[in-house]
Amino acid sequence: MPMTPRRRVLLAATIPLVLVSTGCSYLSGGGSAADPGSADCKAFSDWQGHDGKTVEIYASIRDEEGERMQEAWQKFSDCTGITIKYEGSAEFEAQIQVRVDGGNAPDIAFFPQPGLLERFAAAGDAKPLPDTVRKRAEDGYPKDWLSYATHDGEMYGTPLGANVKSLVWYSPKLFAEEGYEVPKTWDALIKLSDSMADTDVKPWCAGIESGEATGWPATDWVENVMLRENGPEVYDQWVAHEIPFDDPKVEKALDRVDGIWRNPDYVNAGFGDVKSIVTTSSQDAGLPVAEQKCGMHLMGTFYAANWSEDTEIAEDGDVFAFNLPPIDESVGTPVLGGGEFTAAFAERPEVVAVQEYLATVDYADRRAQAGSWFSAHQDLDLKALKNPNDRLAAELLRDPDTVFRWDGADIMPAAVGSGTFWKGMTNWLNGDDTGEVLTYVEKSWPE
Amino acid sequence: MGFDILLELPKLLWLVIGIAAFMAVIGVLLVLVDRGPKTRRDHWQALCFLGPAALLLLVGLVYPVIRTTFLSFMNGPSTAWVGFDNYVWMFTQPEILVVLGNTLLWVLLAPLLATGIGLTYAVLVDRARYESFAKSLIFLPMAISFVGAGIIWKFVYAYRQAETDQIGLLNQAVVWAGGEPRQWLLEGPLNTLLLIVVLVWIQAGFAMVVQSAAIKAIPAELVEAARIDGVNGWQLFWHITLPSIWPTVMVVLITISVQTLKVFDIVRTMTGGNFDTSVMANEMYNQAFRYNEYGKGSALAVFLFVLVVPLVAVQIRNNRRSRETQ
Amino acid sequence: MSSPDPRPPATAATRPRGTAVGRVGARLSTRAASAVAVVIAVLWTVPTAGLLISSFRPEQQIKTTGWWTFFTSPETTLRNYQEVLFGRPSSGQLASYFINSFSIAVPTMVFVVTLAALAAYALAWMDFPGRDWIFVGIFALQVVPLQMALVPLLTLFSQGLVVGGVQVLPAWDLQGAFQFTQVWIPHTIFGLPLGIFLMHNFISQLPRSLIDAARVDGAGHGQIFRSIVLPLTVPALVSLSIFQFLWVWNDLLVALIFAGGSVEVAPLTARLAEMAGTRGNEWQRLTAGAFVSMVVPLIVFFSLQRYFVRGLLAGSMKG
Repeated sequence: MPMTPRRRVLLAATIPLVLVSTGCSYLSGGGSAADPGSADCKAFSDWQGHDGKTVEIYASIRDEEGERMQEAWQKFSDCTGITIKYEGSAEFEAQIQVRVDGGNAPDIAFFPQPGLLERFAAAGDAKPLPDTVRKRAEDGYPKDWLSYATHDGEMYGTPLGANVKSLVWYSPKLFAEEGYEVPKTWDALIKLSDSMADTDVKPWCAGIESGEATGWPATDWVENVMLRENGPEVYDQWVAHEIPFDDPKVEKALDRVDGIWRNPDYVNAGFGDVKSIVTTSSQDAGLPVAEQKCGMHLMGTFYAANWSEDTEIAEDGDVFAFNLPPIDESVGTPVLGGGEFTAAFAERPEVVAVQEYLATVDYADRRAQAGSWFSAHQDLDLKALKNPNDRLAAELLRDPDTVFRWDGADIMPAAVGSGTFWKGMTNWLNGDDTGEVLTYVEKSWPE
Repeated sequence: MGFDILLELPKLLWLVIGIAAFMAVIGVLLVLVDRGPKTRRDHWQALCFLGPAALLLLVGLVYPVIRTTFLSFMNGPSTAWVGFDNYVWMFTQPEILVVLGNTLLWVLLAPLLATGIGLTYAVLVDRARYESFAKSLIFLPMAISFVGAGIIWKFVYAYRQAETDQIGLLNQAVVWAGGEPRQWLLEGPLNTLLLIVVLVWIQAGFAMVVQSAAIKAIPAELVEAARIDGVNGWQLFWHITLPSIWPTVMVVLITISVQTLKVFDIVRTMTGGNFDTSVMANEMYNQAFRYNEYGKGSALAVFLFVLVVPLVAVQIRNNRRSRETQ
Repeated sequence: MSSPDPRPPATAATRPRGTAVGRVGARLSTRAASAVAVVIAVLWTVPTAGLLISSFRPEQQIKTTGWWTFFTSPETTLRNYQEVLFGRPSSGQLASYFINSFSIAVPTMVFVVTLAALAAYALAWMDFPGRDWIFVGIFALQVVPLQMALVPLLTLFSQGLVVGGVQVLPAWDLQGAFQFTQVWIPHTIFGLPLGIFLMHNFISQLPRSLIDAARVDGAGHGQIFRSIVLPLTVPALVSLSIFQFLWVWNDLLVALIFAGGSVEVAPLTARLAEMAGTRGNEWQRLTAGAFVSMVVPLIVFFSLQRYFVRGLLAGSMKG
């Protein structure tokens, strides 16, 4: 339809009017409506009544894992009318401090390091769990886990996801061909390593290169051996700095690691000599296992995401994992792991509702259903876990014989746990003396 | 949820409104400045011109500098005064000497190399047939973020054991030449030099573009006169081009030096500061943001600020000289 | 002499090659010189070329063989690009992130270049007490680590300004598109010291005779700035614009703090950083991602490059 001049004038005159009247609300973005409650929203009735409210969550979980997580709480969001604004960032550890200091803390953050959470708890920034949330957490999670989020008798976080860091990945095919058996004791492990060393497949492959976090896989080894060599009590003392970092017990543990990681007969399958551990990226380090060029690779459950898509993860597949065997069998089954805690920086009712929901088994099951995830929740439906390695790890966590300890580097002060401990282990693999490295880390411990 | 242009419109609208409003304010300012009373000195005119930038800088940078200086005399979580402890810590750390040495190496090498290469290239391709294309090749790395560049070069230096295929270009070149592959990033001081290469690779584009703009501003008469005198290209460069653009060369050198002082992403992505490759800015970032040792991080930042003093001195001398020649 | 040649610069660039300047240029391009230029160009391009080739190779190949083996056993895939552009439910919104990056970088570029030119002019050509010290102070501000300035600015935005218990400025609490304002301001601030420093170099080099003549004619500073300084410093303005745009385009830190990661305001860099996967295990996508994000800076460079033209000052300078 052609426009008459008059119409044009009219149109031109109305545009500013429309702009003024709707402009501001337009530029600031309108709100979106949530689905009203229906029959299948009944499960969420506890948390309804927060229509139109928004809760901000900030964490280090991103990409695929982040999307699965958001998928898992979508139903909750639809039924309660709470919009969850999620942001995942690789810089979480550094940025959360800036945000809190700048007065722009998220409502809820997921902390992978209990040490970091404790820092915010001690500073009075993180809020202690409200009774309702605390009760959910206590009902759902084992005491060991909750203790990591407790500061001065107050609980500050509820456990979310979990991972196990004492898994040894291996190739069931290679084991079957060569007649190897999954070792149940430390001695068996060393024997197995020796017999592999006699073949042209070296027993161990490893890599600790990880940009600014270079060194962390090495600290997992030390922690695993510390826990097995000296038992959980000494391990706790070591992590809490009740015994010095250069204690003879630590040195003994490091010597044991020395026998594997700095043993040229054992490493570094597929990559080169001992020093190549330092420059091999932690993501690539295990890949020779699938190609049957490397016997074993110690790495967390999350390494599953690094295998190429045509690699079958199963007890009779291309790759699978076993728990690093104990040294002293009287201790039980030592398991090293980690995960995240949800902690709140606000006390608004909708924030409490979200935190409470995240601690329920309903959330855990939904998240597990989305794939590649498990938690330490005692009622989590293990049969629903799709990945065999997740099932293996989740069963380990639930096993009454299991002695679970959190990754010590995540609990130590950051200057050590994500600083000199990583650096020291990197130098150690690059040829530094054991005693020298332990003294270096000990000296760096902040008062 | 797909892409919905309607959801994007507010952003573009706000972009246009923002720029238009800003330009309107500046336009009014420029008109007003000439309407005011004429004075011999330019006090209030200067206020109009300099005021907006100065205000922003005061809030956004000067205040943080003061705050950082205060924090450097406090403990990690900034709850108690500790006097000069953080500075003492800094200068008694054996590691810090290495870090200082590295920083010095960076500041000496990176600006010189980047400026030199940028200038050479700018002169060589000036008025060449494919100038625009040729310049864009050197400019390319500028379009990649520091972290991206770190990843690219980590690949170039990657190592695989001798029997297997190399995936790093440098080691492949060594193998082609009949040598043994090496772990480049492990051996000091070579590793620091290899990291500096990355910064030079990025900054040469900056040096090239700015110096090229300066070359373009050399008056044609000057060049023509020289040509009539029969100078060759080499002489032209030394006697006409370089003196004409010398102030710009200095500016580029100084700018890259300052950027070099602040560099940490490259070190962080490529070695994480291990194997004696760390630099001041990287240590500062680690202490303040990863270890929550704000006091120590601030002390390092203050020291970084002190390191810029020699550059300031050079700049003051430049200013004086250029004013004398005016 | 009056204002410079108002013709589109492109015509100036295509001036016939026989002119004086052209011939000198030709003389410089001896064979040795060309060889050096080619060597530099090749050295500078190879790593990027490697990245480009890698971005078309399958994940497994990238991780196990060098990119040059591509020439002997070419195996290409568009999968990396597919994942970056359309792979995830939310990445259909990649266009949104592009627009966000744009909405952050373009205004910041305009703000910095304009404010820097104004300030540089004042520092170079106005007469007021302490101008040298102000200049040196601004120069020194370049070295302030950005990270140190984040917390104070963030506090200003999130809590307003409180002086002695009195709320002088309210908290901003912006929503929707307005949130960009809070990213523009820090970027502008962080870009200013270098911008002023670079512009000062160019503006202070304008011939004094030019400015003095205008002043004698009775022109005010505003008019001199508009009709003499701006037209004569076009190449400098353009180069600063390019770099300012690039720095903001490639920035991640400021964006993460002041824009957050939501699709409403977060730029492309935030999205790409997120795509590497929680444990960085999907980094092969970064190869494709790096190229996707490079496209815009290159377009900017190519489209602005025609303003780098010799002779804008020609005829206006004596000696």
